[in-house]
Amino acid sequence: MNALTGSGRARPGTGIKVTTPHMGNLHLLLEDLFGRLGVEYIKPPLSSTKTLQIGVKHSPEFACLPLKINLGNFIQALEKGANTIAMAGGHGPCRFGYYGIVEERILRDLGYDFRFVMLEPFGDGPWTFYKTFESLAPGLSIPSLWKILKVSFAKGRAIDRLGRRSLQVRAYEVNRGDTTRALKEAEKILAQAGTTEEIREAEAAAVAVIEGVEQDPERDVLKVGIVGEFFLLLEPFSNFDLEEALGHMGVYLERCVWVTDWIAPRKDNKIFGYPKKLIEEKAAPFLSQNVGGEGRETIGNTVMFAERGFDGVIQLLPFGCMPENIASSILPKVQQVHDIPVQTLAFDEQTGKAGMVTRVEAFMDLLWARRNGRLISVPRRGKKPEAACGGCQRAGTA
Amino acid sequence: MRVGIPRSLLYYKYLPFWKTFLTEIGLEVETSPLTNKQILSWGVEVAENELCVPVKAFYGHCMALRGRVDAIFVPRVVSVEEREYTCPKFLGLPDMIGAVADNLGLPPLLTPRLNQREKPSEFKWQLINFAREEFGLGRLEAAMALESARRAQRRYHDSLVAGRRPLDLLPASRLNRPRWRPAGKGTRRVGLLGHPYNLYDGYITQNLIARLEEAGVELVVPEMTDQHVLMEAATDVPKQLYWTYEKEIMGAINHWTEQKKVDGVIYVLAFACGPDSLVQVLIEHRAREHKVPLMSLTIDEHSGEAGLVTRIEAFVDMLMRKKPAVSAA
Ligand code: SF4
Ligand code: SF4
Repeated sequence: MNALTGSGRARPGTGIKVTTPHMGNLHLLLEDLFGRLGVEYIKPPLSSTKTLQIGVKHSPEFACLPLKINLGNFIQALEKGANTIAMAGGHGPCRFGYYGIVEERILRDLGYDFRFVMLEPFGDGPWTFYKTFESLAPGLSIPSLWKILKVSFAKGRAIDRLGRRSLQVRAYEVNRGDTTRALKEAEKILAQAGTTEEIREAEAAAVAVIEGVEQDPERDVLKVGIVGEFFLLLEPFSNFDLEEALGHMGVYLERCVWVTDWIAPRKDNKIFGYPKKLIEEKAAPFLSQNVGGEGRETIGNTVMFAERGFDGVIQLLPFGCMPENIASSILPKVQQVHDIPVQTLAFDEQTGKAGMVTRVEAFMDLLWARRNGRLISVPRRGKKPEAACGGCQRAGTA
Repeated sequence: MRVGIPRSLLYYKYLPFWKTFLTEIGLEVETSPLTNKQILSWGVEVAENELCVPVKAFYGHCMALRGRVDAIFVPRVVSVEEREYTCPKFLGLPDMIGAVADNLGLPPLLTPRLNQREKPSEFKWQLINFAREEFGLGRLEAAMALESARRAQRRYHDSLVAGRRPLDLLPASRLNRPRWRPAGKGTRRVGLLGHPYNLYDGYITQNLIARLEEAGVELVVPEMTDQHVLMEAATDVPKQLYWTYEKEIMGAINHWTEQKKVDGVIYVLAFACGPDSLVQVLIEHRAREHKVPLMSLTIDEHSGEAGLVTRIEAFVDMLMRKKPAVSAA
């Protein structure tokens, strides 16, 4: 349990046991938040193959992968005793804003009994936003909700900053696995922090743990940018822990989407660091319209990685993701104009880890060859190679 | 100037509107042929593997216009209703086609942005400005062209509601009557649910409509119901849908089941269709709740004819064994 100093008064007697889907380390933030709100949070078992199997079994066949994993999370949490499901909403144009409704329908058709709470964006009105929280924590006042959100978010941002740094440190680590272990420890240090002041101190201590990883600064590393659909980027389970694997190959990574940037969007993308407006401007010559999800960001960020001299870009997406399919239809043009190799990797429940690793390794070979001057320009994408499995895997460049 | 309209996607909804508007602003309009083997295989070759089949076909239609026109009309239809969207793919379409235009040798694209998500009157100005900026028309001329286009679309809508078949869209067949086949004694009514660019594209759906008519059932399509009625019926969901065209589909099944208009429903959806992959759950639930048999047909570029025929036959047989719906009149 959290050692939250003073703020986490449990509200006895509401009987509310709330659960939410997993998305990477979002649960770290939620544990903190619900702790402070005094709401009992039933964390679903971490997403696993089992989760996915359950989700796939009950999901429509070509729903996008995140929905299938969500559904698995919900079922596992309901079985763990959750009686309330809280799910984020939205207003399109991609599917995410309607996920909750469909998930609720499927669960009810399966006979589960629960309360369903949809958290619509803050932009729909602060009152609705507050009421949603108040329905989970009766008696909660607006000022205390505001205060709690602020502290919890400070912690969430700190967690994201640790993750961001670890993507770079890992490329230089001397002993494989040190960074991953350090990150776990660093996150634990943060989890204990209560007040804003404590969070600040804990973050400094946590950063020191990550920086303390023994590194080889002389190592020649590749610089790769990770773009794509938010869930695939945020949930390591869904992408076979690709970032860790790349780190172990000695690849320095920057990723465009972070939990707190995503759930509390700001114009300046606090964690990723590049303002939305700039990204949109960079995308505009290729895609001048928000197409939902991260479609436009994928294009804009690819341009930026190219301009910043990165060796290559990897686009991750769930199979059939609309915004990312639009982006990947346009990316060949971006590659051509900005001369940057892009590898598109689509994931669904049939995607195998081995195939994915092979493709990533081949892509890294290509990047090294370019770096060493053995390959001058990005190979033009010709005919699409045959799908490696069930039509779900495609090679963008390799 | 000759401008080409790909006979694909939203052409199936707005053909009179676009044709009239472009003609009235002084352009010569040419449409690509009905989808055929060549067109679809071009599309499949060029388009991203994961896209839905109608969008792949759209690429092929653009290619079919090469050498025949000076420009291709690929509007960016972002939103046709307040607070709603079409489908993300329509939002990105001009950029998707634009990304391959040079390599494929396509003529320049005309891509007005049509978006009335924020304000309902916006559409009008966007089209008027398009005519003024691209073709130097006066405001009044452009407004008049828009008005004729609106009237043409209105007439078309009304004629469909009155039971006329969208003949210009359907491939020729020996059953090409101007009106849908009326209910004969002992026939069953089948509601055909789906996007018009799938339902009516005989090549993509393997002549589904002709096959069903030959099987002797009476067909009911969403376009037979007034738009307002569909939109109203679509509100019977736990959270309002933000995709207008899915709303029409949802509205149609809600309306049909509510009014007992059909004995069964065939729901045609494209493989990897984003919006339908979710709305499908609500549609199937609705049909179950109202005890209306529903068959979902997923189509893609590999859909085989044999499987389709067997499934249609089995479904129609099953309906014939059941009692007809109560108020089929
Ligand atoms: S961004 Fe793509 S995968 Fe994610 S919810 Fe939207 S459509 Fe699905
Ligand atoms: S609504 Fe579905 S079928 Fe139509 S363009 Fe969008 S994804 Fe494709």
